Amino acid sequence: MTRQVNRISPFNITSLALGLAFLYLPIVILVIYSFNASRLVTVWGGWSLRWYTEFFNDRAMLDAAWMSLRVAAVSATVATLLGTLAAIGLARGERFKGRSLFSGMLYAPLVMPEVISGLSLLLLFVALNAERGFWTVTIAHTTLTMCFVTVVVQSRLASIDRSLEEAAMDLGCDPVKAFLKVTLPLIVPAIVAGWMLAFTLSLDDVVIASFTTGPGSATLPIRIYSEVRLGVKPQINAICTMVIALIAVVIVVASSASKLSSSQGKSAAPL
Amino acid sequence: MTEESPEITPKADGVAGPAKPEPPPQAPVGPAPQLEPAADMPLLRIEGVGKTFGSFRAVDRLSLDIRAGEFFALLGPSGCGKTTLLRMLAGFETPDEGRILLGAKDIAQVPPHLRPVNMMFQNYALFPHLSVRDNIAFGLKRAGMARDEIATRVAEMVALVKLEGMEKRKPDQLSGGQKQRVALARSLARRPQVLLLDEPLAALDKKLRESTQLELMDLQRRLGMTFIIVTHDQEEAMTMAGRIGVMDAGRLEQVATPRELYEAPHSRWVAEFIGDVNLFDGEVGWRENNRLLVTTKEGVTLAVTEPRQRVTKATVCVAIRPEKVKLSRRAPVSDAANTHAINRLEGVVTDVSYLGGLTAYKVKLESGVVVRASVANTARLDIDAYLAGQRVVAWFTPDDCMVLEQ
Repeated sequence: MTRQVNRISPFNITSLALGLAFLYLPIVILVIYSFNASRLVTVWGGWSLRWYTEFFNDRAMLDAAWMSLRVAAVSATVATLLGTLAAIGLARGERFKGRSLFSGMLYAPLVMPEVISGLSLLLLFVALNAERGFWTVTIAHTTLTMCFVTVVVQSRLASIDRSLEEAAMDLGCDPVKAFLKVTLPLIVPAIVAGWMLAFTLSLDDVVIASFTTGPGSATLPIRIYSEVRLGVKPQINAICTMVIALIAVVIVVASSASKLSSSQGKSAAPL
Repeated sequence: MTEESPEITPKADGVAGPAKPEPPPQAPVGPAPQLEPAADMPLLRIEGVGKTFGSFRAVDRLSLDIRAGEFFALLGPSGCGKTTLLRMLAGFETPDEGRILLGAKDIAQVPPHLRPVNMMFQNYALFPHLSVRDNIAFGLKRAGMARDEIATRVAEMVALVKLEGMEKRKPDQLSGGQKQRVALARSLARRPQVLLLDEPLAALDKKLRESTQLELMDLQRRLGMTFIIVTHDQEEAMTMAGRIGVMDAGRLEQVATPRELYEAPHSRWVAEFIGDVNLFDGEVGWRENNRLLVTTKEGVTLAVTEPRQRVTKATVCVAIRPEKVKLSRRAPVSDAANTHAINRLEGVVTDVSYLGGLTAYKVKLESGVVVRASVANTARLDIDAYLAGQRVVAWFTPDDCMVLEQ
């Protein structure tokens, strides 16, 4: 069976090509058209970088991109901090009474439709009379991405043998020091991977951001979305290509971090 | 099973004492080296210690003394509480009741990092992100030892477990045997008063396990340290330990030397747990000199030597190890003056298993009882072998019988 799959046959090559084309052809076309010299999106007019330069001259777009990066960085950092603590509580808190309830509540945003989370957050912010803008989007994204960090870190923690911490305590560490000296170094790759995941999730979220943001503080996806509604400009292709490049870099870094963690421990963080 | 030769002990329960039955050549004959002059004061005293998990009584009011410099084994089937007891000694579990005295200090409630006790874990628990050197130095750094002192001690430990040249490797670059050595070096580095070993050889293959057993024994003797090992492997316990505590259901069934456990078990459970045994339930008939005559349920009368501790109950169990049951074609000639000098049981061989060093026979008596006999294959040719279906006499002396009251 495995031999059958491993063999390079016309059938295997074709199905691989079709699969990859299905997943990546639209992206490849988008990337190619971002270098299109023509003003019309669907007509090829030769190679050019003009839409990239146009983006860097578009004040509103740059502001939106900067806003997105800041929101992503801050929310990913806060989510990583909270998510890691939650993961430790879930993985190590044996005397923690409502553990299964807590983990269910923690994972709810994972399966909750984004429209519902976005709407409920909007209602909350309105009820609190909070001024909507950078901070409300950041808080919303933190609640969205925290559970992803928890999943990644918790599974890494679960794969670490408890006797490692016991060995550290046996060799003279109090519980806190045993965590810092042994457990933390082993879960750092998972924490890094969790941060990257949170960062990319925040970076490409439209739904929750559009519910929770206020006037004058649009994130890049919102900005792109509103531009597209007026007709796709080639400039959008250029922006999307850059976002894709950024996310690709982040994913490569995250997966190599998780590979590093798997070479140190028994299993990798799922990514 | 064990290397006990069948004809040594005329009176099995008289072989008490701390001496190991087979001391390796360079070892001083007699008790393990005692560092403390106050030999009657145990190094570690476990007093009425109990631990319950939910409704499961893991350790049940257990008391035990362990002397300084001793190699002690806790032996028992899985779930008997031996690991829980060891974890209480290390501090990972807190006893619900009782005291654990190390020297004069009760350490029952002391957290693990403050105990002068170290543990070697079953799966070694090496820190995967640290090199061999840093693994060994881990406990020394926590103790606040000076840098150069740590370096000296680590080098000493590396030499002790013969891992020179491996200092910079990470645990996943080591073989199972090497990991085991690193774990040992790490747990010895702090020079603990007691070293606890939780199934330390379970993950090694048979050949490596045997050589490591000898190395551990040698190491323990050279360092004069107190080792407490937990194992479910009776051969391992008997090879290494000076004394063995056999545990079942959270209690110590018997604490004794390997020979005593095998030749003079206290209970039917211990007799069955350690090695193979033939058991005959019966009633004590009458006494003759120092002999007891026991009539079994099947109507066979067995003559047994009365143990030093006199039998008080009327219902007893006679136990005889298979290697002490001899087989012959004709009944051996008995001493005319004493008709009960030898127990003779006639039967038919039903099963022959050739095991290399010995052959195991099953002999079915006329009463239907099956007696197991193992015969050492002392000759290469099979002139002494019996065939299935052959009529034989299984015989054994009263001295070789053990009388169990429980």
